[in-house]
Amino acid sequence: MSSVLSDVLAKKIDELAARYPVKQAALLPVLHLVQNEKGFLSPEDEQDVAGRLGILPVKVREVVTFYTMFRRSPVGKYHIQVCTNLSCSLAGGDGLVGRLETRLGIALGGTTPDGKFTLTGVECLGACETAPCLMINFDYHGNLDAAGLDKILEGLA
Amino acid sequence: MTRATKVLTELFWLEHLHRIEAYLDRGGYQALKKALTEMKPEQVQEEVKKAGLRGRGGAGFPAGVKWGFIPKDLDKPRYLCVNADEGEPGTFKDKYILSHDPHLLIEGIVLAAYAVGIHSAYVYIRGEYELIARRLEQAIAEAYAKGYLGRNILGAGFDLELVVHRGAGAYICGEETSLLESLEGKRGNPRLKPPFPALVGLFQCPTVINNVETLANVPFIIQKGAAWFVEQGLPKDGGTRLFGVSGAVAKPGLYELPAGTSLREIIYTHAGGMKDGRKLKAVIPGGMSSPILRADEIDVAMDVDSIAAAGSMLGSGAIIVIAEGTPILHVLRKVAKFYAHESCGQCTPCRLGTSWIHKIVERMAAGGGTRDDVDTLVRLAGNIKGRTLCPLGDAAAMPVAAIAQKFRAELEATLERSAVRP
Repeated sequence: MSSVLSDVLAKKIDELAARYPVKQAALLPVLHLVQNEKGFLSPEDEQDVAGRLGILPVKVREVVTFYTMFRRSPVGKYHIQVCTNLSCSLAGGDGLVGRLETRLGIALGGTTPDGKFTLTGVECLGACETAPCLMINFDYHGNLDAAGLDKILEGLA
Repeated sequence: MTRATKVLTELFWLEHLHRIEAYLDRGGYQALKKALTEMKPEQVQEEVKKAGLRGRGGAGFPAGVKWGFIPKDLDKPRYLCVNADEGEPGTFKDKYILSHDPHLLIEGIVLAAYAVGIHSAYVYIRGEYELIARRLEQAIAEAYAKGYLGRNILGAGFDLELVVHRGAGAYICGEETSLLESLEGKRGNPRLKPPFPALVGLFQCPTVINNVETLANVPFIIQKGAAWFVEQGLPKDGGTRLFGVSGAVAKPGLYELPAGTSLREIIYTHAGGMKDGRKLKAVIPGGMSSPILRADEIDVAMDVDSIAAAGSMLGSGAIIVIAEGTPILHVLRKVAKFYAHESCGQCTPCRLGTSWIHKIVERMAAGGGTRDDVDTLVRLAGNIKGRTLCPLGDAAAMPVAAIAQKFRAELEATLERSAVRP
């Protein structure tokens, strides 16, 4: 079976694997790498990663399905992860979730039909001092009220 | 007593502190130079023991004692894992060290590795901290280039390789054996202990696991001495603490204060008191898993032993302040949802117990509770506690039991008001 990983990606995977005494230890960093490149992890990606690291594909599937950050389907261009934990909710986070759902026209877990936004409710993001907070892709935004949220959404092309 | 107001965060205001030039300008890597040229590894270990440095990750175990558990005569590699997973709700302290002062952490890592005879270390950082991980990697590259990492550090013949490893969104991986599994490229299912990681840890080798804040204190201990460090806190709990305050206070944020500072002082003097003049209802003093305290229980010293004596725990120093007007059921729902989501599913009492608790609490919130729900919650929590491989079970059970017991009247009143089934 031919590989769905590019040569560049395959080389990067080998470099990551070389940082550990056991190749399998590189699995999480490798999956991050592939997901960043491709947007999500397909069954073919799982097969190829397994081959590259010399482990059974089921070992990759076990890991992909265990960790919440690994995705088996595409997300929107902007992946909004909003904290639904305690400190954020005490600072108005539940209202923020409601406003996001209304503005984007989707519920938590959904993606807009144009594929631009995915909205996910998550547990504590480790930014409680700026509650309520959310992440858009890898960027944190905190101290959000309705106006602040609207401004951020309008800035996303 | 000569107390510095701040130790770890004293220079956080410096611009570009995360770059090695700024770190060296302020006297960085001097503790490492001192240790490598003037001290034997055992002396470094002894100094940290005398300093009463308790682990800042949650358990509060003395760091020097932990290092001492690593066998000296085993012919195997040894590893150091730095726990930067920071997932306990309410906790954000390590993020500040990692992003503001990564070289302080790196210096602490090299010192710890030297003390224990370790030549390979990994920083396990939570997946969401992607940008912070990149900054840390940049700092590590700088340290390699200047000879503070890699082969023959400072010409003293000591080698250390340091790698950053990102997690991928699993609270359980903050538990040390789960962290090891995750670092080995597996699901984060905790291991049966014993054997403890000091004997059989990463890649089946002796392993030390320390929290970020714990290691960031080590350069100060070596530079200024154990006696000085003890003076910043308490004899059995040396140094300052990074308290992360969030919730209904006027000034949420990170506060570095001596171990043993009272919870009341932290809330009312440092965090600016209650937000909008609201009245205090309750405090979660050490991250979500620590048992809740009522408003009349906050005259307690915030050090590992005092808060344990008061029936809660210092945990990660994450203080969540709850005001009157917030239904306790709201707090309970957040707690129940979190642990039901984060239980790894390996141990039945935790997997089923957290999920049953979550369902019961949601039923209560939807107005469909039964009269004995509060008793059921307490019983379920009791059936989880102490019956799981790792402390997540206890972490889930303790706050549920504490809320149910301390706010029983309010919860039962909620049940009375709703259309309760008999």
